[in-house]
Amino acid sequence: MELTRRSLLALGCSAAASPLITPVALAAAPWDTRLVVIILRGGMDGLDVVQPYGDPDFSALRRTLSQGPSDGAIDLDGFFAMHQALADLAPMWRRGDLAFAHAVSTPYRDKRSHFDGQDMLEAGTEHVGGGVRDGWLNRLLQVVPGAAAETAYAIGLDSLPVLAGPAPVSNWSPQADLTISPQAMSLLELVSERDPALHAALAEAQMLDEDTGMQGASLQKQMNTIRQGAAGHIKIADFAAKRLRGAARIAAFSLNGWDTHRGQARGLSTALGRLSQTLLTLEAGLGPQVWGKTAVVAMTEFGRTARENGTRGTDHGTGGAMVMAGGAVRGGKVYGTWPGLAEADLFQRRDVMPTRDVRAFAGWIMRAATGLDASVLEGTVFPGMDLGTDPGLMP
Amino acid sequence: MRFDPHFADMRFGFGLSPSVAPPVDAAALLDGLHAPDEIAQRFPVEPYQLFQARMVESQRLMKQIRKTRGTPENEIPTKARRLVQKDARQAMRQWLVQSMLRRAYTPDGFRERLVAFWADHFAARGKAGVMRRATSPYIEDAIRPFVAGRFSDLLQSAVMHPLMLHYLDQDRSVGPNSKRGKVSNGRRGLNENLAREVLELHTLGVGSAYTQDDVRQLAELFTGMSSKAPRGFKFRKDFVEPGSETVLGITYDDALKPAPIRAALEDLSVHPDTARHLARKLAVHFVSDQPPRDLVDHMTARYRETDGDMTSVYAALLEHPAAWQREGANMKTPAEFVGSALRALAPNPGPLQALKERQVQNLFFTPMAVMGQAWQRFDGPDGWPEEDDAWVTPAGVVGRVQWAMGAPRQMLETLPDPRAFVDTALGPYAADEVRFAAGAAESVPEAIGIVLMSPAFQRR
Repeated sequence: MELTRRSLLALGCSAAASPLITPVALAAAPWDTRLVVIILRGGMDGLDVVQPYGDPDFSALRRTLSQGPSDGAIDLDGFFAMHQALADLAPMWRRGDLAFAHAVSTPYRDKRSHFDGQDMLEAGTEHVGGGVRDGWLNRLLQVVPGAAAETAYAIGLDSLPVLAGPAPVSNWSPQADLTISPQAMSLLELVSERDPALHAALAEAQMLDEDTGMQGASLQKQMNTIRQGAAGHIKIADFAAKRLRGAARIAAFSLNGWDTHRGQARGLSTALGRLSQTLLTLEAGLGPQVWGKTAVVAMTEFGRTARENGTRGTDHGTGGAMVMAGGAVRGGKVYGTWPGLAEADLFQRRDVMPTRDVRAFAGWIMRAATGLDASVLEGTVFPGMDLGTDPGLMP
Repeated sequence: MRFDPHFADMRFGFGLSPSVAPPVDAAALLDGLHAPDEIAQRFPVEPYQLFQARMVESQRLMKQIRKTRGTPENEIPTKARRLVQKDARQAMRQWLVQSMLRRAYTPDGFRERLVAFWADHFAARGKAGVMRRATSPYIEDAIRPFVAGRFSDLLQSAVMHPLMLHYLDQDRSVGPNSKRGKVSNGRRGLNENLAREVLELHTLGVGSAYTQDDVRQLAELFTGMSSKAPRGFKFRKDFVEPGSETVLGITYDDALKPAPIRAALEDLSVHPDTARHLARKLAVHFVSDQPPRDLVDHMTARYRETDGDMTSVYAALLEHPAAWQREGANMKTPAEFVGSALRALAPNPGPLQALKERQVQNLFFTPMAVMGQAWQRFDGPDGWPEEDDAWVTPAGVVGRVQWAMGAPRQMLETLPDPRAFVDTALGPYAADEVRFAAGAAESVPEAIGIVLMSPAFQRR
């Protein structure tokens, strides 16, 4: 085809009318509960986040790290206490909108690698590489009728394998913004047409950009906004809340900084501070009504060694903790079966013994949210998982 | 599917340049790796040897701060230390510019690509104070001189480097039964971080035949490796766990010196799993996310025949027809995209080198963060992802568009004619629609941006 300005303009118009670019009328959401999945990358030390200070063997394992309420941790139930960096969440706990599960893990064992651990956590099955390339949240979308691209959002600059896969999802970072002339945009579409991946990313960006409300801001101004963006997690939580108030039902993003090999007291406080601000921003942004039907699940690839190491930190371990929040969660409770911390009770005499699959908790939450059958959760979403008995997480 | 100078420059270098000719054949690509490193002299980056002076000064001032705490004199060293840190931060900005200028003007683009590849394979960064700025100096000393020799030398150089020992906590790892371990009353202990990553990332690769016990044994063998500025590597006998260690069936005797550690790294470097892991990683990086099995086999075989002579392995890559297949070509990473854009635009080095910190921030640092790759701020020791999916995201692509349309006019006094720039940047790979769009855009900056955003420029 001979390209002229006229034929190009025609092309531009038809591209603008394509469903990829035009925001689709909000499809009826397939279900009403909001799910927020936060991947805590680096291996969160469950023992320090939810401290079993009532366990007689706990204090001997932790030389310099917090040993419960005597070190400022917030008592939860007389046995467990939460890390003092989560103090701002105490009202949420008292209201019954915050819960934990302890001694949980993925099926990942022995090698304790972040990269494998995260792969397994996000693939949702131990058969990573055995043909499984999609994430469990994506498989959920594949089986729920009526899910569309705007049902689920992967937010932030990190990649999120948990949402990756054949079911269409939306990706966005509130830190990006597209401000160019409409004509440049149609020319960009034209030149990227023979590269479907590039073309699709551009189209999606254009659609998302229409709601981020930074249009017209100069490049310089945007750059300055991003520069001040140490608080990126707050922007992400804000954006997630905005989408979830609309047609979105799933938002996923990650929080990093949990790999506390040394100086854990300081590193973990920073990471928990971010988690706490994230949950509070979500709650405020969603408003009481939507927060009331929201379930937040924060999970990590593995726990850390029960014993503090030689550098005031902890090394990669096995059993850990997960954090759940939202009005849809029956909170004010630490779920799970506590294995004890005596030498013989530890996994390989070094890590907290996992007593339940972390996927079972996520599975029961998804079951309550979407009404999916247990067999679908055990067979498709989390292949090879045993859902077990209902922990009663959701009313 | 054989050697093509333009394509060679794109796939194995930083793309086409208006002032530097592409390589004439595969032998020229390989010879370039052994030629004198003139581009490094023309755009110097501080070597780690010198960088350590900054650390010494910072430590000296820290001592004074502690000594004068609570007194009025405290302000003097506090301010001085802040200056040392600021100076290092500004220097780091300059090294970014120098690295990009090397990419823009080198006749040996393959060397720059390999330096970036191996710096990512051995990703290391400082965690506090001036050390946070040490990555470029580390690459300069520990990676750059070794990319075309034996992998064993590169491995030893990177793994035993002070920055790596610091990044993966090796310098804090103390054998529980060592002299130091015994008197510390259990407060100092073993740290497995480096040992694990050496097996999982640097040599054998994840999923290969090592066990938790091998990790533990290697961690015990590694005890003693430490560093002290300004001398660098320091072997601390008092940290060494006594007794021999067995890693993957080979026993290394206790020697209270680094020789057994070097021997273990040598053995790991020639392990068949290492050969396959590295061959595959190179093929994924240079050719496609899904490299043909035959290509990986060919490179693996060459690696094993030569005990990991990297130039021979690169030769195996270049001589294989699959290396010249354009289907499934990878997306450039943001840092590669920016480097290749500079090469195509060929801005004057002087004004770029004179940019103030804030300007470098706005021109390079922040845009690359939006593209998804904040310069030298990888999340973990596995460096940046290779998969296209990690880069072709809406936010990442927007970051590229913003930069492609906004940055060139900040670097050049006059932008080139977009119609000519199509040929400069894409050579024989300019598609009709790109040529058309370059002439049809409303403004020159947008036209230049469109050329830089075209698939032929975004992929390599």
